[in-house]
Amino acid sequence: MAANIVEISDDSFDAEVLKADKPVLVDFWAPWCGPCRAIGPMVEELAGTFGDKIKFTKFNVDDSPVTPGKYGIRSIPTLMFFKDGNVVDQVIGIVAKSKLEDIINKML
Amino acid sequence: MKNTDFDLVIIGGGPAGLTAGLYAARARLKVILIEMAACGGQVVISDWIENYPGFPKGISGADLVQNMVSQSEQFNLTVESNEVVSIDASDIIKKVKLADRTITTHTIIVATGASPQKLGVSGEDRFYGKGVSFCATCDGPFYKDRVVAAVGGGNTAVQESLFLTKFAKKVYLIHRRDELRATKILHERAFANDRIEILWDSIVTSINGGLTNVESISIKNVKTEQTKDLAVDGCFIWVGINPNVDFLNGCLKLDESGFIIADSNMATSLPGVFAAGDVRNTPLRQIATAVGDAAIAAFSAEHYIENIK
Repeated sequence: MAANIVEISDDSFDAEVLKADKPVLVDFWAPWCGPCRAIGPMVEELAGTFGDKIKFTKFNVDDSPVTPGKYGIRSIPTLMFFKDGNVVDQVIGIVAKSKLEDIINKML
Repeated sequence: MKNTDFDLVIIGGGPAGLTAGLYAARARLKVILIEMAACGGQVVISDWIENYPGFPKGISGADLVQNMVSQSEQFNLTVESNEVVSIDASDIIKKVKLADRTITTHTIIVATGASPQKLGVSGEDRFYGKGVSFCATCDGPFYKDRVVAAVGGGNTAVQESLFLTKFAKKVYLIHRRDELRATKILHERAFANDRIEILWDSIVTSINGGLTNVESISIKNVKTEQTKDLAVDGCFIWVGINPNVDFLNGCLKLDESGFIIADSNMATSLPGVFAAGDVRNTPLRQIATAVGDAAIAAFSAEHYIENIK
């Protein structure tokens, strides 16, 4: 995993995401999910480009089921975009990199 | 031969695109593979593949794709995450318009595959990601000890329904005909699995629920016209695929279902443009057929380039 992607959990979600001082992308994933693995390199590329302006995080739904339940996540990969503790956008499944770039640019 | 950025541009990074890339890179063509999102295509949503030779115990879709990517990397295939907006392939120098620039090439292999077809019923879009799913390996574990519906009767529908029974206590397999199209070994497994109940001659007419999740589906028996609601927590949809050809803007000849018409050399209606894999009109859409198409397409592209030199 790229150095600028932070692994987070139910325990650290509040501090790392809701109270973050910049926008946050949360990549909800699990080891058994093929598409989650497939989008990994794309998220890493985005972290390389936008890592200084947005915090990139990965959240393993297997290890931490509480937060995904709270946000009604029933499909992964789900990428959720947070700003000031609120969900501003969300993308389910594999989508074009350009779509994610558009969301990020809009959020900045 | 006039100068171009590339000899070959491959569009799509599923098994067909990656195989074409492997062959082209080994042929020392100046090649780039453009993948819109993540390499792998439909294969990554397949939990287990047991009909692709060379893996006697089977292999997960994600692992197979990772192997294919690693293999193409051995030969320095360039893969770029980018979107092909359109192509202009009527001339000897072909232009591929990407999201941020236009590249030129002598040949193109279209390996853009296909996407799952929707049912087109009410509730399907609203509950996508909230109970409606096209991917059992992504979402199956969210349905532990729950009841789900699976719609379809082909290989994908039956295979993935079997996978869902590892988690769900009950899977209603809803099929519009009175027999499955899936291959025989999958029939046998579905019939032998007491967690699967097949509802024959039935179609889904709507997917229903509250604010946050699916609660039921409405189905209709096409023979008796009887309707009923089934209480389910999720609805998985595997009713076929649509070819990914929008970016072509009709520049290649397509069949009546929208798949690209290509001959046994994978040549399309435009010289220098080839098609491989699920996007091509072909009697069978498998990983095994996609990689075969792709090897031929790369070989044909190489020959085409030699002939115009």
